[in-house]
Amino acid sequence: MPELPIPIPPLPTLHESVFMAIALLTVVGAFLVVAARNLFHNALGLALTFFGVAGVYFVAEAEFVGVAQVLVYVGAISTLITFAIMLTRGMMYGATSPLNRQAGTAAIIAATVFVVMAGLLGSLPWPVAEEPIVDGQIVIANLGVGFVTEFVVAFLLLAVLLLVALAGAIVLAQDRK
Amino acid sequence: MVPLTWYLTLAAFMFCSGLYAALGRRNAIAVLMGIELMLNAANINLIAFWRYGVTPVENVDGQVFAIFVIAVAAAEVAVGLALIISVYRNRKTLNLDELDILKG
Amino acid sequence: MTWSEALTQLQLALGAPEELAWLAEAIAYFIGAFVLVNLSLVLALILIWITRKVVSRIQDRIGPNRVGPFGLFQTVADALKLLSKEDITPANADKIAYALAPIFSVFPVLMTVAVITFAPNFVGVDLNIGVLYLVALGSIGIMAALMAGWSSNNKYALLAGFRVVAQLLSYEIPMVLAMLAPVLLVGTMRTQELANAQSLYIGPVNLGLGWFVFLLPGAFLIYFIAALAESEQTPFDLLEAESELIAGFHIEYSGMRFAMFFLAQFLNTFFLGAIAVMLFLGSWQGPFADQIPLLGPIYFLAKVFFMYVVVQWIRGTFPRVRIDQMMSFAWKVLVPLVLFLILAQMILMKLPWPANFGWVGYLLILAANLGAVAVVLRVLGKHIRTEEVRTKRAFEPKSLIGVMAPVSPAGD
Repeated sequence: MPELPIPIPPLPTLHESVFMAIALLTVVGAFLVVAARNLFHNALGLALTFFGVAGVYFVAEAEFVGVAQVLVYVGAISTLITFAIMLTRGMMYGATSPLNRQAGTAAIIAATVFVVMAGLLGSLPWPVAEEPIVDGQIVIANLGVGFVTEFVVAFLLLAVLLLVALAGAIVLAQDRK
Repeated sequence: MVPLTWYLTLAAFMFCSGLYAALGRRNAIAVLMGIELMLNAANINLIAFWRYGVTPVENVDGQVFAIFVIAVAAAEVAVGLALIISVYRNRKTLNLDELDILKG
Repeated sequence: MTWSEALTQLQLALGAPEELAWLAEAIAYFIGAFVLVNLSLVLALILIWITRKVVSRIQDRIGPNRVGPFGLFQTVADALKLLSKEDITPANADKIAYALAPIFSVFPVLMTVAVITFAPNFVGVDLNIGVLYLVALGSIGIMAALMAGWSSNNKYALLAGFRVVAQLLSYEIPMVLAMLAPVLLVGTMRTQELANAQSLYIGPVNLGLGWFVFLLPGAFLIYFIAALAESEQTPFDLLEAESELIAGFHIEYSGMRFAMFFLAQFLNTFFLGAIAVMLFLGSWQGPFADQIPLLGPIYFLAKVFFMYVVVQWIRGTFPRVRIDQMMSFAWKVLVPLVLFLILAQMILMKLPWPANFGWVGYLLILAANLGAVAVVLRVLGKHIRTEEVRTKRAFEPKSLIGVMAPVSPAGD
């Protein structure tokens, strides 16, 4: 059998095909956030991106973070943002462009950053093999232990931060008569 | 098994989309959404590097950081949106170009 | 040999390359998901029939009795009617969000079925984080309701959308914390391990009656109330309060899209009942379930249908609560109570009890739970009494109001 001029690339595995589908979803969502003119569609795109990112975590076998992502981002943050859009809906129907004066410069900066990062991606020696995870439950157990031993101070500070943010948000959004 | 560079490319794309939204959009809520995109991109990187670490089962620092980022982002959005609603109530606009009352 | 292994061998026999072995796994999962999801959809038809029968019996009616035996095929006829109806999109609706909202309301509910333990070895995927997965899915439905309410371009729909967010977010907190109680007890979030932990051995025989509801009645009651609110059932059906909001966030929907919201609600009620059974009522456990394997799924379904009928019973008897009462009940009664329960349970489980005295801790957990039950029932009873007097007053002739004993406004 003669050698083919172009070698056939290996077929994608299950993980790879799932990742590609999820990545496509995420990219479409991110595009909607940036490009859609309607603010509500931006928010829907954002929810889609959050979903996609949760899927990426599942592919990377970080199930706990993936579920936390769905719970916090899709369940709470998307809803909050949609809520804020509805409360300020006078802003939605203006005829002005959704972009500001520096949008052109911003596009150039973003594109440059992407090109630089993509270039670095291609040139640096990244690890190629990942350690297999046999029992995912041990990972979650280690995560829990980490929160109450090594990272306990940060964890408590985070709790305080959330409480302060909660109180602060209520005070800020309160209608002062 | 998904190559590490795939995660990083996706994260880079998301980060740059977020950067563009944060710099180029006029509405404050859209800017906030851009910031959320950037935070998510950083989180993808944290998880990807955790997965490709030497001992992902024992060393879960990457996941711990990702969860901290998620929690801090929740606090940030709550305060940010409260600020936005408060500004809208006082100035009847969320157009960041018009919110220049501090300009000398 | 498991199902996916069999598929792999078949594939190799047919001469497929070995790199495509994952395809067999994917197909196996797809077939499993397909069967479970379609069974759930058929289940919805039965659920709607049960609801109509139970509620009509409570209201002294007969209910559907024309199509098929006992009117069983009435729902099929209704579904056909809905399918043939015109699919209307309002003129100024946000077309994309309007079309997506019904799908987003159904799919998280259908995804729930993946971790439900029907029998000892029968579960879609035994996720490491099964319970957390259920919690996360529950939070997606909020977004769907908000999308529907906003995109319909209708004031009532938007108002109902706001109510959905307020109600579902508020009741999610006590529900999640109550679900945490059995998880803390066993130390796992795998649904199958939670089911196994609820066995009770008398000698070598598994009686299968070690249900967590006997140890954690308080957590169960709080979960049940919060789940009633999460599934938008009476007395928390403010989201589709006909007299206030016409119909709710799905007011503009017609035909099959409307049916999808309906489907999601009925299935959600059923699956929240299934979660209650998995976490508190012993899953598939019961007397002799170990000896006769067929009894497992029968016990499970019997318990879930029992829960469903109880919910429909409540639907037929309770009046709707006011929105401020609903919110204050969640934040002032349920959340503090469930926080107290979780804290008490954690401390009591970790205290260094002397050997042979570990049971004291569990006894105290039970006592704390019973206390929580008493508090909830007391608050509810007080509320019902004040409301009764208030209603009576509203219908009394004016001259009698002064004669009646004054009612304290407290108790809301």
